[in-house]
Amino acid sequence: MNGKSERAGIVPHVVMGVMAIYFLLPFWWLLVAATKDNDGLFLSAPLWFSDFHLVDNLKTVFSQENGIYLVWLRNSALYAVVSGVGATAVSALAGYAFAKLRFPGRTKLFALLLGLIMVPATALVLPTYLLMSKAGLVDSIWAVILPSLLNPFGVYLLRVYTHESVPDEMLEAARIDGAGELRVFTSVALPAMRPALVTVLLFSMVASWNNFFLPLVMLSDDHLFPLTVGLRTWYMSATLGNGGEALFNVIVTGALVAIVPLIAAFLLLQRYWRGGLTIGAVK
Amino acid sequence: MTQVETRSAAAPAVAGPAPRFKRGREAVTGWLFVAPFVVLLVAFLLLPMAYAFKLSLYRSTLIEGEHFALFENYTQAFKDPLVREGVVRVILFGLVQTPVMIGVALLAALLIDHATSRFSRIFRLAAFVPYAVPVVIGTLMWGFLYSKDTGPFGSVLHIDFLSSSWVLASLGNVVTWQWAGYNMIVLYAALQGLPREVYESARIDGAGPAQIAWRIKTPMISSAIVLATLFTILGTLQFFTEPLILQPLNPGSITQHYTPNVYAFNQAFSFQQYNYSAAISFLLGAVVFVGSYIFLFATRKRSAL
Repeated sequence: MNGKSERAGIVPHVVMGVMAIYFLLPFWWLLVAATKDNDGLFLSAPLWFSDFHLVDNLKTVFSQENGIYLVWLRNSALYAVVSGVGATAVSALAGYAFAKLRFPGRTKLFALLLGLIMVPATALVLPTYLLMSKAGLVDSIWAVILPSLLNPFGVYLLRVYTHESVPDEMLEAARIDGAGELRVFTSVALPAMRPALVTVLLFSMVASWNNFFLPLVMLSDDHLFPLTVGLRTWYMSATLGNGGEALFNVIVTGALVAIVPLIAAFLLLQRYWRGGLTIGAVK
Repeated sequence: MTQVETRSAAAPAVAGPAPRFKRGREAVTGWLFVAPFVVLLVAFLLLPMAYAFKLSLYRSTLIEGEHFALFENYTQAFKDPLVREGVVRVILFGLVQTPVMIGVALLAALLIDHATSRFSRIFRLAAFVPYAVPVVIGTLMWGFLYSKDTGPFGSVLHIDFLSSSWVLASLGNVVTWQWAGYNMIVLYAALQGLPREVYESARIDGAGPAQIAWRIKTPMISSAIVLATLFTILGTLQFFTEPLILQPLNPGSITQHYTPNVYAFNQAFSFQQYNYSAAISFLLGAVVFVGSYIFLFATRKRSAL
């Protein structure tokens, strides 16, 4: 290890250093900006601290408009958890069936799925909205959660993983021991699928947490907004200055609060991320 | 992929012919297991697609109400200079931004693969962290950084990053910042899967690290590069959130029809032109779909899909 890094030399490290500054600069700016009041944000040096107002800013973020930020935070968490767990469960069932169960139409259905992975999600948002509004489901949490349960790529990943990591003999042995199909799935297949399940769960949760277009279109009640849509409304009223009371320092602090849990989770779970990308990329 | 498919088709799960009743039971179980997924697939993918197509064939006017118009919306879309402008813009954007981003990602991946020091591990995290940030927030941060009043560059460089001559590059930077690290990890994972012995013989033949990186490692991960490129192109064509967020900062340079997606969104929600909006959405979806197939087909030897 040591010998290797010595051989790597100074130039690669300098290049990496410059790139790291580029990737981290916005975070540094955000951290600094969240400690400033609105005047400080505009009048002080952008990349260094001036007067310390972080605590005031946090108080304002959570008290603005009767504490709606906290509602948005809760909504984001709710959508992420329910969509993530739901999408993973649905994908696990289907991925396992495609990999290990023989049923008529399996090959055709899987070929269809592979084709549909290429359908761009954003092209479906508007027609989904119109269909849901006919069904009277628009402007409810289900309008955001239900479409997020569909994860064709998750099914594909779990199918590939299960095919290679869950031995048929193990399933067959459980069947001979008298286990029903559901039992075989939950006590034999699922534990063996765990690494891939965690990956699909992480990716679907992040996708929901970060989702913007779907909730933007589906929701009009601001008490149902996730953070992304909520912060955008504050940003719009602040930039357009049309009587909105949100100030830039509140938005900046709100943005900081919104990304801290995600980055923390991300740092804690990083080995799963990499594992997941490996399953997806290097087949 | 193909490999996996043929393998499973060739080898039946149970050795020998299974009893008839067992086959039937497995068929039922199989369908029960895929049922929730199939229901979702129909409800949130196939139905909306079909509905968008149907809507796109109708027109709605005050006098006649909704009436069948065949491809009138599509003809209109093809003639619409605002659609054309948006399409040209995303294509131009993709042609410049995709190679830049994949280049940055590849360089970063080769660097961390080469230098296995503690610093390279920190760097790997630093580059990947932007991916964890919601696009809305990433764009907001860059919006502040671009501003002359709150950002560090404007006052020094005297550049208005959101003026019409700079805005496309500025948006490209946001996208690169957000996704380069993700692509880096994909490419790095591919590099990690390569057999190390190959480099050894190249080294003995006198190849330096840069030559090994460019002439040996890069060609060997071409399939991962192709996939990363594909996903970048798919994302580019659907470009939406970044321009929408930055729009209020400079409505003059980021218009209501800046990209096809932004245009479709505004047609539906600002002007209630659902039929026309559906036509644009459907067209965009079809282009992405067909485009990705052509791309995969053209590169299938390299991508091993």
